[in-house]
Amino acid sequence: MSARKLGLALLAAGIMAGTLSGTALAADKSDPNKEQFVPVLVYRTGPFAAGGTGMPGGLLDYFALLNQRDGGINGIKLVWEECDTGYKTDRGVECYERLKAKGAKGAPFFLPMSTGVAYAVMERAHKDKIPNVQIGYGRTDSSDGRVFKYSFPMLTNYWSQSSAKLTYIAGRMGGHDKLKGAKIVNLHLKHPYGEETRPVWDKMAAKYGFQVTHIPVPWPGIDQKSLWLQIRKIKPDFVINRNWGVSCTVPLREAARIGFPRDRIIGVWWCGAEEDAIPAGKAAVGYITAEFVKIGQDVPVIQEIFEHVYGNMKGNLSAARVGSVFHNRGVVWGIVMTEAIRLAHTKFGVGPMSGEQMQWALENLKIDAARIDELGATGLVPEVSMSCFDHEGGGRVRFKQWDGKKWNMITDWVNSDESLVREMIEASAAKYAKEKGIAPRDCPPTGRFAKN
Amino acid sequence: MIYREAGQIKTTYRADMAIFPITQDRIGFMIIMAVAIVAIPTLASTYVLEAFMIPFLIWGLAAMSLNIMLGYAGQLSLGHGGFMAVGAYAAYNFATRIPDLNLIVCFLLAGLVTAAVGVFFGLPSLRIKGFYLAVATLAAQFIIEFVISSFPWFAGDNMMGAVDTPAIVLFGWQVDETVERYYFVLGFVVVLTLLCKNMVRSSIGRSWMAIRDMDVAAEVIGIRPLQTKLIAFGVSSFLAGIAGALYAFVYLKACDITSFDLFQSFNILFMVILGGLGSLMGSYLGAAFVMMLPIVLNLLTTTFLGGTGHSDFIANAEHMVYGGLIMFFLIVEPYGLARMWTTTKEKLRLWPFPH
Repeated sequence: MSARKLGLALLAAGIMAGTLSGTALAADKSDPNKEQFVPVLVYRTGPFAAGGTGMPGGLLDYFALLNQRDGGINGIKLVWEECDTGYKTDRGVECYERLKAKGAKGAPFFLPMSTGVAYAVMERAHKDKIPNVQIGYGRTDSSDGRVFKYSFPMLTNYWSQSSAKLTYIAGRMGGHDKLKGAKIVNLHLKHPYGEETRPVWDKMAAKYGFQVTHIPVPWPGIDQKSLWLQIRKIKPDFVINRNWGVSCTVPLREAARIGFPRDRIIGVWWCGAEEDAIPAGKAAVGYITAEFVKIGQDVPVIQEIFEHVYGNMKGNLSAARVGSVFHNRGVVWGIVMTEAIRLAHTKFGVGPMSGEQMQWALENLKIDAARIDELGATGLVPEVSMSCFDHEGGGRVRFKQWDGKKWNMITDWVNSDESLVREMIEASAAKYAKEKGIAPRDCPPTGRFAKN
Repeated sequence: MIYREAGQIKTTYRADMAIFPITQDRIGFMIIMAVAIVAIPTLASTYVLEAFMIPFLIWGLAAMSLNIMLGYAGQLSLGHGGFMAVGAYAAYNFATRIPDLNLIVCFLLAGLVTAAVGVFFGLPSLRIKGFYLAVATLAAQFIIEFVISSFPWFAGDNMMGAVDTPAIVLFGWQVDETVERYYFVLGFVVVLTLLCKNMVRSSIGRSWMAIRDMDVAAEVIGIRPLQTKLIAFGVSSFLAGIAGALYAFVYLKACDITSFDLFQSFNILFMVILGGLGSLMGSYLGAAFVMMLPIVLNLLTTTFLGGTGHSDFIANAEHMVYGGLIMFFLIVEPYGLARMWTTTKEKLRLWPFPH
């Protein structure tokens, strides 16, 4: 008996040793100074896998497009390593530690792929001088670049998104003055991600005189019957659907049961993928969500991905998902990050970039309409204008509606209520700076915040 | 032949009551300590320290806290994730609201607060036993999660809903390098483990085991069940609180209530069951198994297959192999990894002449 166990143990040890020596031989011989390493976090397992495959998939498809069509960025090929977190915070920290020093100059930036991981690596990334880039999610108050030097909640943070939603709602009701006495229910996941927008709704309710009711959805939000009974009693004008994964779909079915019109449910963009609407079937028709990209395949850059990447069987996902919500978001992430690498090349010379160099590039990144056209991404990417003062660099949102088969963009870019949001961001960032003993940098307000 | 206590004659009570009565064990312990204090910090990379050693020590402490309650006192708890949350949030509030307080004092106070909460939820343990107590402690988990997430005061009225732990400063010494943070955790773990080892060998530990083995008989020989059980709840949640504070301050550095959800409670329970009930060393073995093995499997498959293009396979392979190994170990040794070590020691004593 014990001999057999010993044998098994030896066998296991042998396999392990074999694995290790096998990799030593398989090490690639490419020149590290001609490559730009990028760490890529994914979650291909677990309840949020639709997002955890789609977005990295789009990102990597865009990287593959650049590598195949252009031979990389200025001749520097993009290489990457994936690390699966399963949407768990502690595994995300492990992935960060695993990948942060790889490549010629370490990780140029880090995309944490979940709010929990974004928070957990915030301080680590600051210490290691690696930009912690959260596009369309993450820590809202880190938009204040004076305090958060290495955190970039780019394009649009959650508070800007909420204020843009209110602008959209006001437009539907016929102006901001009609909001007085209106009732809005903020149905949110009971999770820091879900609760993050409560203060901004309270503030806007006080400013415009509408009534907001926060209804927390217990994690993971599969059963929301009692919550919708409560909503039926309130009879709100609009319901904000701020959930994630499976809990996004449930409100659509519940609303259909009580007869609440679906076009009065305004979802956060993380509740706005095909994967969220399709399972609700007919109940989802009319449902509206915010969006920071354009959906669909009728964008030149998406067509090129089809031709160069999927045409050569190098695609990261199944071809059916190209042009879907998560995939296009990933492509937008890819465009923003590679444009930042390009900018860094102009200042620091062509070669692999370090985190510190990318910090400069991200802080000075400007993507204007002409450049977006040149990239073949018209309408896909919003204009970006970053600065040391403003790490968000955009704050504009589009809205889209589900017609039962696909998403249709129903608005152009809607502006957020910048002054209201910025004031709250600065208050929260100042508190953080005080707690952590950070001296804020001195940066002048720029772009949309410049005083004139 | 190597591992044999023959000839080691104890001439004093002191020697007889030592933690490690056998010389070889003492040497082994010294070697482990030397490895932990000297070898690991000097030889291991930051990655190993950050991703393996620091969380391993913290989870080991958490598993030990549950092992005291479940393995020694026989009281099943599914609320240890919640108790860790209490410790983390209590330490955060002490540290931010009384900034001049030494952080070690903060952690100890946080432990005491958690102990009080633990004792409160332990009160029903006199009346309800076994699975019913598990359900009662499950309620503790949900109540703690609900209270902390419903009142923003606990997270310092932070609009982000998360806790940003302040920097760790001890007597002017800023603990922020990886090695320093490792020593900080190691210090807590070593001191608390030695205290626990002595506690389970003392009359308290024996009364816990008496209650565990048969509470009626224990009561007959003069052990007060409620007091004994509540001490177990208190000590156990004290340790869980400190583990939670360490997890928030040293490992995550910013945390929210979802870092301490029911899955963490289950994870701690799995660590104890796999490691071995009623063995302090088993807690650490179990923590190593549950926390490190999935990452090791992931690293092995990644290095074997390469980091690109296979991550879907890698993620699923990790779950499958991990699950298979849990079954393997539970079939081979249902009493946990610590029992395997005991069996090995028994064999070593007879080696090379087994009868």
